[in-house]
Amino acid sequence: MKRAFTDLHLKANPKDPHTTQRIIDKAAQLGYCQISIPLTLGAHEEQLNTLKTACTQTGIEFVSRVDFKPRNQEDLMRFLRKFRRKIEVICIICDEKELARHAAKDRRVDLLNFPSFDYRKRFFDRAEAELASNAQAAIEFDLKPLIMLEGPPRVRLFANLRRETAIAREFKVPIVLSSGVGEWHLMRAPRDLASLAYLFGLGECEALNAISSNPNAIVSRNRFKLSDKFVAPGISVVKEGKDP
Amino acid sequence: MKRMKRRYLALHLECEGIPTERDLMDTIWMAITRLFGEVGASLTGLALITFNIERKEVVIRTSLASLPMVRASLPTITNISGQQASLHVLAVSGTIKSLINNIEQ
Repeated sequence: MKRAFTDLHLKANPKDPHTTQRIIDKAAQLGYCQISIPLTLGAHEEQLNTLKTACTQTGIEFVSRVDFKPRNQEDLMRFLRKFRRKIEVICIICDEKELARHAAKDRRVDLLNFPSFDYRKRFFDRAEAELASNAQAAIEFDLKPLIMLEGPPRVRLFANLRRETAIAREFKVPIVLSSGVGEWHLMRAPRDLASLAYLFGLGECEALNAISSNPNAIVSRNRFKLSDKFVAPGISVVKEGKDP
Repeated sequence: MKRMKRRYLALHLECEGIPTERDLMDTIWMAITRLFGEVGASLTGLALITFNIERKEVVIRTSLASLPMVRASLPTITNISGQQASLHVLAVSGTIKSLINNIEQ
């Protein structure tokens, strides 16, 4: 069966329609079926609709996503309460250990993203992985730094990614590979992105899953939860009708 | 001696200008060397087969054993002789004939 590739992290600025359109066109040309551009917190419905329309016209699906870097636990809870029932994918950027733990154990969080440039702030250890595994959260690896960095910072990043991949595998935490690029010339085809994962010990099949089935599972799970048919975990509307 | 198995890669070059064959191959060699070192690069047996300037299509040859190394190095190329560029893998095959068939399909 043909894989449906998804890039959940294209850092286009929705306020710049020309660049955004170019990125969307490029994604379609490279063979992506679904893309996501993180919306700003104050984004209007209009902006979301514009992006959805632009994607539909080029034949790909748009996935709504918000990235959030909480200052404290209350901030995180407030954010999740406000956005969970509106947005399809929620990503928490963890740059503090305590917040990373809270995000990992919250079932409303879909993706955990750690800063690529500061290896001291990559808190994905065994404890974090266990919490994420129980809460069905996935870890997201942005591959732009692997393309852009050179020398010791890239070496350190490889070492971290390799360690985190092994931990994620051990605790069955899904890995999501995203490009994380905001410039069209840095965009890569899905299989090219997957081949980069060879550099930190992800097998070919695992890498392809990380760019297709893993993100697709998150999106379809959340779309179902946001639909009218979902009542509560394990309960959904199968058929509606009148009493006889 | 056992025959070395090879793989042919068809690449699409995305670049504003047209680089020379030498610049293109130097960039690919550099990308592999940066990631795998000189010893690693020497194991790839990399060679340019064709460079279609009009269609911006490149065919390179590598050893089967080092195919993952070469494939992983290609996305890290961001510029060729000072110009923004990227290389996308179109197809991989064991013979040039089947590679051409794959691209045409």
